[in-house]
Parts: sequence; structure tokens; C-alpha cells
Amino acid sequence: MTWVLALILLPLVGALVLCGLRKNDRTAMIVALTFSIVEFLLMIPMWASYHPSGDRLQQTSSVDWIPTFGVHISFGIDGIALIMIAVITFLVPIVIGALGTADKLPEGRSAGGYLALILVQQALTIAVFAATDVFLFYVLFEIMLIPMYFLIGGYGGANRQYAAVKFFLYSFLGGLIMLASAIGAYSIAADKLGKGTFDWATLVTVVRDAPTGTQIWLFLGFFLAFAIKAPLVPFHTWLPDAAKEAPIGVAVLIVGVLDKVGTFGFLRYCLPMFPAASKTLAPLVLILAVIGVLYGSILAAGQQDLKRFVAYVSIAHFGFIALGIFAFTQQATVGSVTYMLNHSLATGMLIVVLGFVMARGGSTRISDYGGMYKVTPLLGGMLLIAGLSTLSLPGTNSFVSEFLVLLGSFETEPVYAILASVGMVLAAVYVLWLYQRLMTGPVRGDALVGAGGGPGTAIAPELGAKKTIKDLGAKELAMLVPLVVLIIGLGFYPKPVLDTVGPSVQATLSAVQGGH
Amino acid sequence: MIHVLAQQGLIATPQIEYAAVLPVLIVLGAGCVSVLFEAFLPRHMRWPGQVVLCLLALVAAGISLAVYVSTSPKLGLTTFLGAISIDKPALFLWGTLLALALGAVLLIADRSVEPGGAFVAQASIRPGTFQDRAQVGSTGMQTEVFPLTLFALAGMMTFCAANDLLTMFIALEVLSLPLYLMCGLARRRRLLSQESAVKYFLLGAFSSAFFLYGVALLYGYANSVKLADIAKAAAGSDRSDILLFAGMGLLVVGLLFKGSVGPFHTWTPDVYQGAPTPVTAFMAACTKVAAFGGILRVLTVGFESTSWEWRGVLWAVAIVSMAIGAILGLTQTDVKRMIAYSSVAHAGFLLVGTIAMTDQGLSGTLFYLLAYGFTTLAAFGVVSLVRDSSGEATHLSAWAGLAKRSPVLAGVFTFLLLALAGIPLTSGFIGKFVVFSAALRDGMAPLVVIALVFSAVAAFFYLRVVVLMYFSQPAAEGPTVSVPGAFTTAAITLGVVITLLLGVVPSFALGWAGAGTFAF
Repeated sequence: MTWVLALILLPLVGALVLCGLRKNDRTAMIVALTFSIVEFLLMIPMWASYHPSGDRLQQTSSVDWIPTFGVHISFGIDGIALIMIAVITFLVPIVIGALGTADKLPEGRSAGGYLALILVQQALTIAVFAATDVFLFYVLFEIMLIPMYFLIGGYGGANRQYAAVKFFLYSFLGGLIMLASAIGAYSIAADKLGKGTFDWATLVTVVRDAPTGTQIWLFLGFFLAFAIKAPLVPFHTWLPDAAKEAPIGVAVLIVGVLDKVGTFGFLRYCLPMFPAASKTLAPLVLILAVIGVLYGSILAAGQQDLKRFVAYVSIAHFGFIALGIFAFTQQATVGSVTYMLNHSLATGMLIVVLGFVMARGGSTRISDYGGMYKVTPLLGGMLLIAGLSTLSLPGTNSFVSEFLVLLGSFETEPVYAILASVGMVLAAVYVLWLYQRLMTGPVRGDALVGAGGGPGTAIAPELGAKKTIKDLGAKELAMLVPLVVLIIGLGFYPKPVLDTVGPSVQATLSAVQGGH
Repeated sequence: MIHVLAQQGLIATPQIEYAAVLPVLIVLGAGCVSVLFEAFLPRHMRWPGQVVLCLLALVAAGISLAVYVSTSPKLGLTTFLGAISIDKPALFLWGTLLALALGAVLLIADRSVEPGGAFVAQASIRPGTFQDRAQVGSTGMQTEVFPLTLFALAGMMTFCAANDLLTMFIALEVLSLPLYLMCGLARRRRLLSQESAVKYFLLGAFSSAFFLYGVALLYGYANSVKLADIAKAAAGSDRSDILLFAGMGLLVVGLLFKGSVGPFHTWTPDVYQGAPTPVTAFMAACTKVAAFGGILRVLTVGFESTSWEWRGVLWAVAIVSMAIGAILGLTQTDVKRMIAYSSVAHAGFLLVGTIAMTDQGLSGTLFYLLAYGFTTLAAFGVVSLVRDSSGEATHLSAWAGLAKRSPVLAGVFTFLLLALAGIPLTSGFIGKFVVFSAALRDGMAPLVVIALVFSAVAAFFYLRVVVLMYFSQPAAEGPTVSVPGAFTTAAITLGVVITLLLGVVPSFALGWAGAGTFAF
């Protein structure tokens, strides 16, 4: 058994165990945390056994599933998949920790069910990144929606039903269109090889030589699915709703991990399989990407709601990632891949910290808060770190990737790069303005001083605070400190990540260049 | 008499392959015995007698089918002077029909969910009269439903093996007439039930007339009712195409009506809603299989050479059917009507595979029929369990919060709805996949994209039920979920297990479905 298979199966076992623990929330919590930490530890030998300069796909395993159609259950990882899997295993313990600190279960729901769904989601997401059969990828891509649908719909906020259905339908439709394209690719393989197959490595070698007209149609099918998932403007409208209604932990999963399937899909499927189409349609994607950067940034600055704020920040960041991918230079693509990792860390931390803020104030409206730094300095400090990483301050992880994206794309697409760099300025605006509104000045706002209180009534914090708002506890700090370490660590020493993804990125790009 | 004529050389005795047609003969024979049971058995023994007879007949027919398939050296022959064609698709459809009928008979036989069974004691009493109110309290049951089921089944089996249009018409009537009666047998909501029976009968009679008129025109064209002769005549002749296409059009309308393909679907929601739920399950699963078996054979054997001329029309029909099913399904507030519209949408998807006119299209459609049949059978089985004081609680509002009260039932129904929506790891997905990939490979990419969009639209109304069951507050006066008896449990389990199996390990069924083509 390969490490990958172990990583996929372990959370499923955990979920089964949790199903038996519906009655006891505390035990369920401990069990889930144990499983997720063991999972993280398992990831370490997997990373160690991966050779960046080795084969394109490593740790491969394959069995036939539907021989009639050449469908296999096959898994394997490249450098890009590896870091995505690593970030999932890193984030899930934090997601689980968020239950009880940032999240509260709705009445009548047991922790066992919620945590089991989280672990199933983890297993499926890892499997999506590791799948090396296009059919299997599609199956997992759609199956993955079901636990998430129940997580949002069953445990979310007031408008959760609407958000869950919207999330599901957007992704489902995108997936179906992708299925049509996958079948199209399969038919090309069947015509050329005599026998159809869905094996990714074989499909790439066959489909890349198809005429550009055909490639464009097939590309569009895959692209739509990934653009909805990633999400690129104008396919993004499900994300603010889903992120707003989902519990904090689930929002971390959606924004930090699930959405990366989209950008991962661009790299794994769109570029190598349809190189000619990728080149032809790149300007279109770049326009969408730059619109995403600017539109997301401006809307983030204008948000009144903390969770929607995070969603729009992510939309802006996904614009950067798409820009780097479709600029087709080594630097830009490496930048995008590391951006996928760093965005998970930075935005993941931002959501968790804001979750702590909301758990204290009980409101998601920004205007209900003010001057919190005086009451909770540690929380304020953490928000500042998450915020600075989000705006890509040098010395934090995101700076490296954003800089690489802009530098790399400037070589081939200077106009788009210049336009996107406006997004960096806007990022400073929306992050610092948010920090200012939440943390600085006198303590104010309904969430902190009570419904009757206004800015005028609570000048002295020790008198005005409605309830005793505590600073971060040990549990909460334990969740945030590993994130801080990685954010700053990777800001100063990104080499391990860059080395891991470099060869895979090069292979992807040479596929695009070679197919032209 | 025949022997005498044969000796004199006036008439040739037809060569009959008894081993091949044994399954149909068993079902028909059991139907006749079942009528005798009705006449001669004492009242208290009728129900057990009929149930045992039905189940035995179905199992025996299944065994004889399996024995024939595994021992016969060469599959694919015609018998009864070419009137019946026993080829691999026919055998596959027979197997499917027998298995589905087994599930349906189990649902029909159940008497634990509704005391005394889902069928009324005396169907002929007018609703609302004094006698009708009197019989509400009784727990008697009309066991005529069993022979009717067997006859309908035999008709269906003949229908998908019929190699000439006259045999097909007779089979159509044999399968339809019992169904008309069965629709009117519901114990509860008598008026709705009788209305559905009348509606189905009137519209069904119309469609039969269409069918027959089409047969007449085609006879005028080809001078034969045999599908192979029609194909031969159409392949190369300077005869009037008007006769051919008018005849074919009328014929196909009759067939599409039976398959509840939009826009010939108008009977479907009313009849599905009014008929007793076990009968609805039988109709939804088996009639669909038989109808599409017939459509496949007629189009492939009879009209393949002219396909480029009529295909555009059926494109449009498929799109209309998917659109009606998916869009009107969104507005439904009754579970049974919702599944009825879903069946209209599925008929559209099936038609996409049917008009692909390739081997993949044929095997894909056959697989889809198998998959859809079991899913819808189990879904109606679940519907029959959710009840309040006035019978089945089919209004959607009654299903709110059902997951809190009976998580197992809600889980099963969710799984079936996901299968109907075509989510991977269910049979519904593999079915859609094989059908759409066949259509795509036959150059129908635009139609496939339209079909995919309607799949997503249809997914919305399945999800709506899931949302209701899981995320809504339970209604105060909500329905109770009956504990199903052994029969219903067996039927639902059968449906669910096969839905899952076909979704996870579809290879064996794909192999059967793709084993061979029509013989004529």
C-alpha cells in the first residue's frame, strides 16, 4: 500500500468510528483530533519519500474498475498534488479544533456526525488531488460535493439551505459539462488507440495532438468546471453565500482546500491535455483573472460582513493564481502553485481568527465591532499577522508567491501584470481598513458594548464592555501558532516548497510549449 | 386440424423454439392459473395462494431464462414464423422485466403497511356512495391484481421481443389493458384512482389507435408488417416516402406515449399519482422498460436506413421531454407527481441513447433501463411507507424534517434521489454516462450538452426533497413512517442494493447489455 492510499483510507476509518460515537461529543472530538493528527504525521514520510527530480507521478497504484471503458482506480502524486495534500492534512486538525472554539453546533446535532463528515471530506479531497484517472477524478469531484452539502446545509447559519443548494448546483453543473469533455477526450483516444482509456498519462499524449478546434471545445468543458470551483469571476457567486453560511471550520475547508481543486485542475488537466487551446484562450482567462483581482479586491473593501469579506479576498487571490498559471512562464507558474499553498495558510488563518472574533462578539457585521485590541491584544496581534500575510507583506509566505506571479507574468503579459499589481495596493486597503475598524480606536459597536451603546457611550473600555470578553485561550493559541510559524517560516525560507513543485511545474509547462 | 392441413401441404407447421420462449409461456400460464385461483379458491386462501403462485412463476421464468441463456449454443433466433425475435437485447430486457416485476409483486403483496393491502375490496363501487364508505373499514382486498400483473408482464415481454408490428400491437394491448384496470384499484382516494384509470384508458386507447393507423400505412408502404421487410423496402425503392414517414410517425407516437416521453406524457403525472403506489412502481419500472425495448427495436431494425431523415424530429422530442420533465418537476408539490415528471425527464435521456443508433447506444440504453427501473421501484417503495391518518402522505410539506424521525428511511430515499440525479457511485450516473458517451461518439454533442444542463436542473428538485428531509423543521402534524413488512423491505432492499452495485461495479451488467444486437 502506498502512502497516498493510506492517507485516503485513514480518515474514512476515522469517519466510521465517529459514526458510532454520536452520543458522546467529547470523545468524538478527541477521536477526530487523533485521527487528523495521525493523518498529518503520515504525510511526513510521504513527503520524505517523494523525489522532486524523479518520475512525474510517484507512489502510483492502479486497479481496473470498469474495463469496458478503460476506467481505473489509480492514484499517484506529483509535486503540486503533494503540497496540496500536505496543506489539507495540516489544516484539518485546525478545522476540527475550531469546533467548540469558533463554531458551535446547532441544537440537537451531535459532534460525531459533523466530525465524520469533515473526515470524509478530507479523504475525498485528498483522493481528488491524487487521482490519475480522468473518470475517477470526475467521480470524486462530484462525490466530494455531498459531504460538503450536508456540512453547509446541516450545520450552517440562517440561510444555509439556500447556500448549500446553490453551492451544490453550481459545482454539479460544472462537473457535468466537464464529464462531456472527458467523454470527448475518451473518444479521441478510442479512435486513435483502438481502445478507449481514461488514464490521465495516456490521454495527455493522445489528446494534445487533436486539432485546435476540437481542443477548444474540450478545454472549455474542463475550464468551466474549474472556473466555478476556483472560482473565477463571473462564476463566483456561490462562494460568498457558501462562505457566509458555513461554520468557520467548513469555511476554512471550502476556501482553503476545496477551491484549490479548480486551480489544480487548470494545471493538471487543462494545460497538458489541451495545450493549443490553452494558448489560444489564454487572453480570455487572463482578462477574467485580472477582473477577478480588481473586482474581488474592491468588493472586499466594501463588505459589511466578515465572512463575505473573506470570500471576496479569496476571489481576488484566485485571480492572481489564474494569472500566474496562464502566463506560461516557469516563475509565474511556480508562483501560482506556491500561492495555492500560501493562500490556504493565510486565508485559513484569517478565517479562523475572524471566527474567534465572531465567537466573542456574536455578530458577523464589521460595524458591530471596534477597538477590540484594547480588550484582546493577542487576538489583535494574530489578526494583524493573518492580515499582513493576506496582503503579501515581504517576510510573510504570500509575498514570495505573489511576487513570483507578477514577475513571471510581466515577462509575457506585461499589461495584465501591471493591472493585477493594482490589486496589491487594494489588498493593503481592504486588510488595513478592516484591522482599523475592528481593532483600533475606542471600544465600540453593538457586539462589544451592548445594543444601546454607541461610540459615545463607551469611551472607557473597562466600563463599557457588555460582557467580559476574554483574550485567546490556550486551545485557540495552539491552533494559530503552527500557522504563524509556517507563514513566517515560508516567508523567509520557501526553498523546500519551491524545490518540490519546480520539476512538476516544468513538466506541465513543457507539455504546453511542446504541443504548440 | 393443423396436423391435417400440414399433411396436405396446405400450411406449414411453424417451428417453435419452446426453450427460448419458455419464460413468457410460464408467466402467461401462471396468469391463467391465477385466474382459476380467483374463481375456485376460498376467499381466505386467495391472497397466500396468489402471492406464492406469482413469486414461483417469476422465479421459474427467471431460471428458465438463465438456463436457456447459459446452455443455448447460439443466441439470436426468430421463432413463430419470425414473429418473435429472441436475441440478446430481448433476453436482457426479459431478465430486467422479470427482476423488476419480482420487486413490484413484493410491493403489491405487502399487507402490513396498509392493513389489508393497498387495494380496494370492490373497485366497481362508485366513490362517495354509501357502499363506498362502508367498505373503507373493511380489510378485504381484491386479489385480481395478481393475475392482471402477470398478464401485463407477459405482454411486456412479448412486446420487446415482437419482430412484426401486428404482434407488437397485440402485445401492446395485452400489457395495457390490465394496467388500466390496476390503476383504479387504490384503497384510499378512490376518486383520484378511478380518474387516473379512466384517463389512462382514454389516452391509451388513442395512442393505440395511432399505433394501429401507423401499422396500416406501413403495410401499405412495404406490403408487410415485418420490421425486416419494412427496412428492406425503405432501403432501396421509389415508393412514396409519405406513406413511410407518416406511418412511422404515427407508430412512434404510440410507442412514445407508452414510454411517457414528452410531449406525449400528459397522462403520466395524473396516473402515477392516482394509481396505488405498488402499481405505480410496476408501471414506472416495467412499462418504461418494455416501451423503450419496443422503440429500440422498431427504430434499429425497421428504420435505421432512413435515420438521418427522422433523427432531427426525435432530437426535438428528446429535448422537449427533458425540458418538460426537469422544469415542470421543479414546480411539483407531490412526491409521486415529482417522480412522474422525473420519469418524463429520464425518458428524454433514454431517447438520447436510443437515437444514437450504434451498438454503444443500444447497450447504453439497455443498461439505463435496468438502472432506472430498480431505482424508481425502490423510490416508490419508500413513498408507500410515509403515511398519515388518510393514507400515504405524498404532499412534500409532510416530508419536512423526516430525517430526524427516521434517519434510515431518509438516508435510503436520499440515496435513491441522488441516483435519479445521476451522482457518481450510483447506477444513475453510470447509466447517464454510457448513454451520453454513446450519443457523443455518434456526433450528437449539442444534444448531450443540453441533456447535461437539464440533468443539473433536474438535480435541483431532487435536492429540494433532500433539503426538506434533512434541513427543515418537522411539521407538527407530520406523518408517521410505517415499519415496513418483510415484502416491502425486500423490494426496497433489492432496489437499493442493485442501484449501488450497478454504480460501483457496473462491468458485469455492461457486459450483458453490450452482448449483442437485434436479430431479425
